Amino acid sequence: MNKKTLRIGLAGSPNVGKSTIFNALTGGNAYVGNWPGVTVERKDGIFKYKDYEITITDLPGTYSLTPLSIDERIVRDFLFKEKPDVVVCVVDSTNLLRSLYLPLLLRELGANVVIVFNMWDLVEGKLEINKKEMEKVLGASIVLTSGTKGTGIEELKEKIVEAKDRQNLPLRVDYGEEIERYIKEIEFELKDMAFPYERRFLAIKLLEGDHIFKENLKSTGYGRVVEIAKRGTEEFKNKSGRDLETTIIERRYGYIEAVVKKYTKKITLLEERFLLSDKIDKILVNKYLGIPIFALFMWLTFELTFRIGGFFSDYIDLFFGWLGDITTNYLSSINSPKLLISFIKDGIIGGLGSILVFLPNIMVLFFILSFLEDVGYMSRAAFIMDEFMRSIGLSGRSFIPMILGFGCNVPAIMATRTIPEERERILTILINPFMSCSARFPIYVLFAGVFFERNQGLIVFSLYTLGIVIAILSVLIFTKFLPSLRGEVSPLIMEIPPYRLPTIRGLWIPTWERTKEFLKKAGTIIFLGVVLIWLLASIPPSSEYGSENTIIGMIGKVLAPILGPAGFPYWQVAVALIFGVVAKETVVSTLGTLLGGEENLSKSLLGLFTPLSAYSFMIMTLFYTPCLATIGAIRKETNWKWALFSLFYSLLIGWTMSVLFYQVGSLFTK
Amino acid sequence: MSLSSAKEGQEVRVVYIHGGVNATKRLAEMGILPGVELKVVSNSIGPILVALGESRIAIGRGLASKVICELKS
Repeated sequence: MNKKTLRIGLAGSPNVGKSTIFNALTGGNAYVGNWPGVTVERKDGIFKYKDYEITITDLPGTYSLTPLSIDERIVRDFLFKEKPDVVVCVVDSTNLLRSLYLPLLLRELGANVVIVFNMWDLVEGKLEINKKEMEKVLGASIVLTSGTKGTGIEELKEKIVEAKDRQNLPLRVDYGEEIERYIKEIEFELKDMAFPYERRFLAIKLLEGDHIFKENLKSTGYGRVVEIAKRGTEEFKNKSGRDLETTIIERRYGYIEAVVKKYTKKITLLEERFLLSDKIDKILVNKYLGIPIFALFMWLTFELTFRIGGFFSDYIDLFFGWLGDITTNYLSSINSPKLLISFIKDGIIGGLGSILVFLPNIMVLFFILSFLEDVGYMSRAAFIMDEFMRSIGLSGRSFIPMILGFGCNVPAIMATRTIPEERERILTILINPFMSCSARFPIYVLFAGVFFERNQGLIVFSLYTLGIVIAILSVLIFTKFLPSLRGEVSPLIMEIPPYRLPTIRGLWIPTWERTKEFLKKAGTIIFLGVVLIWLLASIPPSSEYGSENTIIGMIGKVLAPILGPAGFPYWQVAVALIFGVVAKETVVSTLGTLLGGEENLSKSLLGLFTPLSAYSFMIMTLFYTPCLATIGAIRKETNWKWALFSLFYSLLIGWTMSVLFYQVGSLFTK
Repeated sequence: MSLSSAKEGQEVRVVYIHGGVNATKRLAEMGILPGVELKVVSNSIGPILVALGESRIAIGRGLASKVICELKS
């Protein structure tokens, strides 16, 4: 039998459980998020059904096909450019009226649609639907599922395969005589144009003022059509006193309402999903308590990361110490060359070991962040911070990428795609590197552990806070001095999901994904860094390993004086900072390789730093140049100009802040 | 009255929205249209939280002041 392939897209509004359906279909590999737009990266999964190989793309959560934000543009581009065989659209069964809007649009467009009534388990026995008739009217198959329980997934696969050959006519909503006349007029003008879908849809979108279609049509010689649409909009407004755009949306909702009324019946009142949620929100988004509680949650996050992570780290620490000893003993006993022993002991075990020790901390941090996201707290954080964010020229929407930055700046920067206003998006991106990511965490844990043993949690918390403060000040500086970033703040419109208990599986998938990434990084970039540093620290062989007469010593010595005013004029530290640009974890592994391995690192550090210069060093690593991956993400989401700007700006801030701290601190400690 | 001046627990019907083009469109696409009934869940400081059927939507205070409503009788 020959292999058959299918391309499908998975669409849906935010918070309908789209990602759980994706996971159920593909068996993992995507996040389950609870705030609008967590699926910011394009995510593909492959699954097999019968003799089909089906590639499914998890599209960002959107309410419509109006391209106001980058996310919505991604969905549109996917539909128009890749023209998937089938579009699976997930809706919330507890809220059909609202969530059928997107599938209706897809059907108007003329796509082959399978509508997934997700969370069906919540309405089972309470809501009756006439599925057959509804399918007929909408021209799409309907599958009842529960993503969390995994029911209905096999049927969904079957329906996807069935839907591919469906030759349904696009769905037609009657927009009323007046509007239909404009639609016909525009459609007639477009009759020769190449468009992969229904031209009627294009005409309607044009009347809705779709600026991307407008631009496209203008540039391909259909400027006349744009004029017709403009004239129609004005005429309609004059005659009826109503907005053409809103009227079109109203008609669609009217259509949906009629369908829902006709083909569904509420048997008993639906359980108030928000009953408990609203009660919790009385406290969590309270005007006095909201922000203090948020701060408490953040502090708890770091405290737990320390306590639980630290517990396991100690064992990994012991393991590497033991491993170093027995391999050295073994290698000496078989008379291995000194160079090899040094490579294994100082390079691999010393360098990699010093960073792998932090694996548990990183896992705990990501687990907690996933929990906050899944439980539904992220959108609340955006809600309570909106007022404050507005006072500095951003909106609450920018706050979610900031918190995500504590995990990793790269996905956090990509999460800004849900922000419609370009100015706000760039600002949010530029300050994100100051949100201290988990790669910088090992540096803090190491230094706080050595120099501030009693107040580790507090010291680390203070650094995160400092990052936020500088981020806020930076926004004020940018908006003051860069006219292109000045402007009005876009209004906040955000759906707030009900709180829900996350599943262990749902939390484990993103945590494991991040952990894998960390391990991969340790196995590739950090490992290569370690080898390179060991190599440079061993050449020329006539000098002692890791002494300042080696190549790396000479490189470090050139830069060390610049670090003098900040309190750490050591070439080893300079080298660590240089390599830290590749990945911030490398700062620790480099120090491990150069300062006598993981075991002796604490002792060596005590010889080089004082508590004052140790804190100054942590400030430096917090602010200085973002890692290569982050710079890459900034470039991808904006352009080279902003990426370079961010690079130099953070370098300047890092140096200035640590020097300032050290110099002022020295005055008080003398 | 505007939505921003509605009190917690009040049920209102949207009459007219005179926000910016994009914001008005976004509200409409999320189902907040003239004629629709909303319940104010929270209105203290910052955004207003409203219930639209089985969902909760946060609307910034500025925009909420441009959503004209009448009390549901």
